[in-house]
Amino acid sequence: MQRREGLAKLTGRERYVDDLPLENFLWGMTVRSPAPRGRITAVRFGNDVDWSEFVIVDHRDIPGPNEILLIERDQPVLAASHVRHVHEAVLLVAHPSREMARRAAQAVEIVVVPEPAALDFRVAPRPEQIQYAADNVLKQLKIEKGDVERALAHAPVVVEGAYETGAQEHVYLETQGMIAWLEEDVLVVKGSMQCPYYVLNALQHALGRDERRVRVIQAPTGGGFGGKEEYPSTIALHAALLALKARRPVKLVYDRSEDMAATTKRHPALVRHRTGLTEDGRLLAQDIEVILDGGAYVTLSPVVLSRGIIHAAGPYACDHVRIAGRAMFSNAVPFGAFRGFGAPQTLFACERHMDVIARTLRMDPVELRRKNLIRDGQRTATGQVIQDGTDRVAVLERALALSTFEEKRRAHTAFNAAQRSKRRGIGLATFYHGAGFTGGGEVHLNSRLRVAGLPDGRIEVLSANIEMGQGTLTVFTQIAAERLGVTPDDVVIGEPDTARVPNSGPTVASRTTMVVGHLIERAVDDLRTRVGLDDRARGSVVKDAIAHWYAAHPGGRLVGEAVYEPPPGISWDEQRYQGDAYGAFAWAAYVAEVEVDLRTCATRVIDFVAVQEVGKVINPTLARGQVQGGVVQGVGWALMEECKFKDGAMVNNQLTNYLIPTSDDVPPIRVAFVENPYPHGAQGAKGLGELPIDGPAPAILNAVAAATGTEPRAIPLTPERLMDLTR
Amino acid sequence: MKLLLPETVRDALAHMAGRDGVTTPIAGGTDLLVHWPVRLGERDRTYVDLWQLQELKPLRWTADALILGGLTTYWDVIRDRRAGDEFPLLVAAARQVGAIQIQARGTWAGNIVNASPAADGVPALMAYGAVVVLESQRGTEEVPLDGFYTGYKDMRRRPDQLIVAVRIPRRRYSYQTFAKVGSRRAQSIAKVGLAVTQSDDGWRVVAASMAPTIRRCPAIERLLQQGAVLRDSDDLLPAIARDVSPIDDVRSTAEYRRRVMARVLYDELRETCGWR
Ligand SMILES: Cc1cc2nc3c(=O)[nH]c(=O)nc-3n(C[C@H](O)[C@H](O)[C@H](O)COP(=O)(O)OP(=O)(O)OC[C@H]3O[C@@H](n4cnc5c(N)ncnc54)[C@H](O)[C@@H]3O)c2cc1C
Repeated sequence: MQRREGLAKLTGRERYVDDLPLENFLWGMTVRSPAPRGRITAVRFGNDVDWSEFVIVDHRDIPGPNEILLIERDQPVLAASHVRHVHEAVLLVAHPSREMARRAAQAVEIVVVPEPAALDFRVAPRPEQIQYAADNVLKQLKIEKGDVERALAHAPVVVEGAYETGAQEHVYLETQGMIAWLEEDVLVVKGSMQCPYYVLNALQHALGRDERRVRVIQAPTGGGFGGKEEYPSTIALHAALLALKARRPVKLVYDRSEDMAATTKRHPALVRHRTGLTEDGRLLAQDIEVILDGGAYVTLSPVVLSRGIIHAAGPYACDHVRIAGRAMFSNAVPFGAFRGFGAPQTLFACERHMDVIARTLRMDPVELRRKNLIRDGQRTATGQVIQDGTDRVAVLERALALSTFEEKRRAHTAFNAAQRSKRRGIGLATFYHGAGFTGGGEVHLNSRLRVAGLPDGRIEVLSANIEMGQGTLTVFTQIAAERLGVTPDDVVIGEPDTARVPNSGPTVASRTTMVVGHLIERAVDDLRTRVGLDDRARGSVVKDAIAHWYAAHPGGRLVGEAVYEPPPGISWDEQRYQGDAYGAFAWAAYVAEVEVDLRTCATRVIDFVAVQEVGKVINPTLARGQVQGGVVQGVGWALMEECKFKDGAMVNNQLTNYLIPTSDDVPPIRVAFVENPYPHGAQGAKGLGELPIDGPAPAILNAVAAATGTEPRAIPLTPERLMDLTR
Repeated sequence: MKLLLPETVRDALAHMAGRDGVTTPIAGGTDLLVHWPVRLGERDRTYVDLWQLQELKPLRWTADALILGGLTTYWDVIRDRRAGDEFPLLVAAARQVGAIQIQARGTWAGNIVNASPAADGVPALMAYGAVVVLESQRGTEEVPLDGFYTGYKDMRRRPDQLIVAVRIPRRRYSYQTFAKVGSRRAQSIAKVGLAVTQSDDGWRVVAASMAPTIRRCPAIERLLQQGAVLRDSDDLLPAIARDVSPIDDVRSTAEYRRRVMARVLYDELRETCGWR
């Protein structure tokens, strides 16, 4: 089937927020903190601007509490008396001319008396740097299984290692943007976002408006990768405050440098491993410490930490595991949701560490993984029994076969002996990714979805889940059409508009196809029941029944509905961090082949194989695209994407100096799927969106280790870093 | 902003002469427009758009030189078959500038006057002994490119002068190489750039991203001239220390730049110079 919005995107006709027609509106601009921490003592308005032409908003204009509603309420919409990070929003200005607004924003001086900032999350804060709780710890979590200390004390071999990962910028093609206007007494906010109901809740909270007086509409969104999970609440609030004060529509669209400087990034992480093994490489104990840099506000750090530690032990069986994690406060621009959500960081450490272990034991890294990959019936670190029938060793073998791993290894030995300044190597990562919200998260979300019958017999899916390039519109269409036996043309996907669609949850956590897609199936079934048909009724029979229903119920509305129900037998203990962390895991084995230029220490990935088991693949083209895109993003994170920070803010905030891979930096990516349908996902699908960012970085670094005989432990592994290791 | 659209070089030079205050020539705009959205002060300037000046476009061959016009683009050189044969470093450099869009729009003169220490066009031109031809209402002046820069973004060009041509003498080259080390394989700014030639005129070794300006490396050239025998790339480090002064910046480190310059130079010259 053709991608639903494909032609509009291909021909440039799709309208993103900045393209939407808008009349008699103002451009908003944000005035930001110049300092990482301090007290605001004055706001000075420059003399050469006629300020009477401007609408100006500060914290005093916020009708409700000055809080951005999320897990905690520590983050202000606009800083009042203190700033906690560079680029923190303090003031908003708006003007009919974008250039005038920009000039005015530059003409405001925020005077800050500096206070001691905490800028390195890896070292314990000094007393004067404490700004959160007693110790700057935003969140602390622990998983314990068995008796790690005892097992380590008796282990014949103990291998230690510390691994670091850097921040990563999302680089969605479309920057953050929002427009806000009033329709009578209803505030309407429309823009680029992943979670319309998050934005709605944040608006209601800080503006003191009930849901009938706020409406949020998702505009076609040019990429998100998690960057449009929580941040849009902030920019939506800013646009809304300006529009409320101006009584005119306001458009707030960041340019690339503002977007890169002021919005969230992937959490930097430091992960330490202490692993006990038998001489022949069986895992006896894993002692893991995970530290994340949370930045200046809590935002989503607790849940990023949660997913991070749950994935930290890797897809292996081990009886004694202890994972202690903490997210630290720092005076950095807050870090936030990014594809993978903590798992890429901890899986990088785990998988790099596996190769370090293999080298210490003089063992083949492939054999080490074969030996330890979790088998059905065994338990993860949280005690979850894995019992899904997937043969994880077979997934690994498939990746080895596709990549001709053994042959290449032999060929590299010869190549490296013959070459003066080039070295080749091949590396591997085996990993997993839990789909959907962690633990009781999906139950807590209580997602609700509707499918409406239309008078002409077609159906309309009403959900808050959005398209951002990943294919939601197409896959939802396929799921609904397949369930009813109708054609894709008989299915309409409603615009995500909180005035029309129920809260089916956020478009995050690899949950959309698996969890929300399954709600579509159930809502379709409900609809069919309501027109008096059973599950076997398909195609024109159903269409006719819908049309008849409308004929018989003039003025009525036919709607099928489904509310989330957890798969049977799932249980999670939030206090002890024990139990079924996820309804399902996707499993994968990725192989990277690299060539390192010893003169420049530049690494080029020359071949890549990605094999994964994600349940049923609903749309092979889109699925392959997700994997390839994730691998490219992983190549960037592993080798070149480096946020350079000064005072906790990114200073290379342009695409000239923050480099993402070009097509010439990307190898051929061969993608293969092993299918093992998951009974509680749409058509048997499991989550796929995030999985592909977990594996590339460790696979690539393991390949570099093999090529150069070094042990790189930090990413991005820039040529400069590798030079330090090879000297 | 004010944009003047002269139709002849004469008119352009008249604008440049300063009747309207200081004017900034704009050719491809691929440097000038990058910061357009944020550097608001630059909007208050007066610009002279050179793009329509046909006189500055063609590239010409004479008996003893290749003459690039003041508006010749990278693409013009890539398309010229003789340029590829006789001055392969120009084509090699041009192909590594940005991508096709920039190659079709960016000019050699713009690259010279923008004076980035990391430029790609300048080192290739300098290694071929190019001469910058400047013109103003007061007349024509010629400055060898290797003496053109006087400091970071400082050069021997008065505000009223336009580059109307870049003359590249035709010589017989026994050795030539161009190397650009960036942080990715395309669309990147050089962390280390090198252009090296050997002709009857001797060795020319030009380094980019290694000093406040692109510059020749006299100490290395002397080593090569003398036929010094080197055993490994470290042997180049003392001469590199004399010739250039790289820095730590957002793109790389001084240490990395020095070492990579030594290694690449050594590796490129190894066979020609009979080193190990
Ligand atoms: C995406 C992108 C990628 C790039 N990649 C590279 C790269 O890989 N390597 C590289 O070296 N550069 C690169 N550049 C920079 C730029 O393209 C080059 O420096 C180009 O040669 C500039 O030429 P222009 O004609 O566009 O200059 P303009 O922007 O028009 O002008 C640049 C400067 O030269 C002056 N000027 C222009 N013409 C004349 C003249 N005839 N006489 C006097 N002064 C003049 C202008 O006043 C201005 O100061 C890149 C730029 C972009 C946007």
